[in-house]
Amino acid sequence: MNIHEHQGKEVLRRYGVSVPRGTACFTVDEALAAARELGFPCVVKAQIHAGGRGKAGGVALVRDEAGVRAAAERLLGATLVTHQTGPQGRVVRRLLVEEGCNIARELYLGLVVDRATGRVTLMASTEGGVEIEEVAARTPEKILRETIDPVVGLAGFQARRIAFGLGLTKDQVGKAVSFFQALARAFVECDCSLAEINPLVVTASGDLLALDAKIGFDDNALFRHPDLRELRDPNEQDPREIEAAKYDLSYIALEGDIGCMVNGAGLAMATMDSVKAAGGEPANFLDVGGGADTEKVRAAFKIILSDAAVRGIFINIFGGILRCDVLAEGVVQAAKEVGLSVPLVVRMEGTNVEKGKQILADSGLDIITAGDMLEGAQKAVAAAQRRSSAGRSA
Amino acid sequence: MSVLVSKATRVLTQGITGATGQLHTRLCREYGSQMVAGVTPGRGGTDFEGIPIFDTVQQAVTRTGADASVIYVPPAGAADAILEAADAGIPLVVCITEGVPVLDMVRVKRALEGRATRLIGPNCPGVITPGQCKIGIMPGYIHKPGRVGVVSRSGTLTYEAVYQLTQLGIGQSTCIGIGGDPIIGTGFIDALRLFQDDDGTDAVIMIGEIGGTAEEEAAAFIRQHVTKPVVSFIAGQTAPKGKRMGHAGAIIAGGKGTAAEKMAALEAAGVTLSASPARLGATMQDVLRKAGKLS
Repeated sequence: MNIHEHQGKEVLRRYGVSVPRGTACFTVDEALAAARELGFPCVVKAQIHAGGRGKAGGVALVRDEAGVRAAAERLLGATLVTHQTGPQGRVVRRLLVEEGCNIARELYLGLVVDRATGRVTLMASTEGGVEIEEVAARTPEKILRETIDPVVGLAGFQARRIAFGLGLTKDQVGKAVSFFQALARAFVECDCSLAEINPLVVTASGDLLALDAKIGFDDNALFRHPDLRELRDPNEQDPREIEAAKYDLSYIALEGDIGCMVNGAGLAMATMDSVKAAGGEPANFLDVGGGADTEKVRAAFKIILSDAAVRGIFINIFGGILRCDVLAEGVVQAAKEVGLSVPLVVRMEGTNVEKGKQILADSGLDIITAGDMLEGAQKAVAAAQRRSSAGRSA
Repeated sequence: MSVLVSKATRVLTQGITGATGQLHTRLCREYGSQMVAGVTPGRGGTDFEGIPIFDTVQQAVTRTGADASVIYVPPAGAADAILEAADAGIPLVVCITEGVPVLDMVRVKRALEGRATRLIGPNCPGVITPGQCKIGIMPGYIHKPGRVGVVSRSGTLTYEAVYQLTQLGIGQSTCIGIGGDPIIGTGFIDALRLFQDDDGTDAVIMIGEIGGTAEEEAAAFIRQHVTKPVVSFIAGQTAPKGKRMGHAGAIIAGGKGTAAEKMAALEAAGVTLSASPARLGATMQDVLRKAGKLS
């Protein structure tokens, strides 16, 4: 789960990480009040779950009230397109109004769970403001790393090694060590999946400050952080993904037109790959899970059909725990309830497959069956193409 | 021969009184596995369909001689269950539970360092040696005893591969689901080493997916240490960047972990790639024929 910059900074502040003073604002009036409180100059920052806001015009340095008003009026309600939002962009619904600061140096600081070592890793670089992937590709020697032992936490010597490595002065190193250790503690105690401070600035007066904060949490750990779960912003999520989450379905919206329903994440990805191999584009990733019941299958089917781009559906099930007859029952119920408006291809294998096939055959629905997953993908793509060319000629 | 589990394996179920634990303990016993004990704290002294239940893993091991454990404990308690099994000295622990917090696994991995316990999973279907012992949630009937090892990050995609092999008359020595999480116990390299050293395994199917660099590391290991033929498929060739595809570990982050990189690394290591997941069985059949292991 990702959160907004202002929320991330609020969480970090609680752990003693130094962040600029600032206020989240939802209206122009709130932004004006916040700026008066902070004094000038200050910074107005659009809050969306995507990086690259500065380059896209989402951040404004303002020197007076007129400047705040102009920036807030321009940004609130506007659609911001950055290299991370995709071409459709994101609507700005909130702003962070923050005190300005005199920047002497811009650094990078990040914490991630490193899969190869099975540990949390601290990364730092002198290339602040640049994306770490870019630094990794161009000048990998500039990335400093420390692997954190979960028994010890980030040790003082490790934090010092990073601080000296970044070229900080003697009197800045102590501040840096507290900053790094506070961030590492926040990461572990909040069950973060990512904590990125880019840039971490050294101010003209020699203080360290988190000028930006990108924080993500491990979804699997949210059960023990009810306060953090409240930070979710549904406006930043695809409505179909929210609906899917209610039924404990794993759904990701994609750009194509072949709706997919599969059990198991690996098989779901392989099914998307098969659709692509057959010359089509998947409209979604959808894993109904191993323990799906009729109700879940029905919900999944409705979510796929609610996507106007879908011109064909491919259901690919390998029944292990999920029995084929249960799946078939759910599909038939959903198709009858919402009406089957696009071609449906079903490939089923595994537990109770004969019973499942019988249910589909007896349903009276126009269902195309397939023997294996590639054949199913080919039939779904062909049926969708036939249908859309028929649609054009009509 | 086979790896990890056999007819002699004595299995303990942690979380035996939950719905999933009950269902799969029953199914594993029907398959022929020796299900000798269960653990649910507070239910010691009772039994599940004749299988004695204990309050602690240590009691269960002392009383029944269990030498493998399967965990169906919910996510919040799964890490603790793994630690309890390791503390009782169980050599093989299979954690089926999906949704274990990743930082719990960071601590578990640290705690298992230097211990003899081998962890499989979490978030995996389990391990099966066809005809001998099934530990986990895979449908037993699709398997057939034989000489192909299977190792995979995905559950249903493993079933798919196994089913294709069985349809072609090709049996399996052991199938290991290593799990779809970012931090897991046994990885591809451990499994490949087991299969390479196993007299009962002629070739290996390795099923990977996007995210991380485990497949690339496996490719380097195969090049150096594996002489048996390996057939592979990587799921997620069409997955978008930055989106978690169901499995917690299946995400292309920072431009790393794409299917294309993994396939290139495996191909360079001499692995035969199956273009489509529907061709995994047939690809293995070709490879075995060429190796003279199939008439």
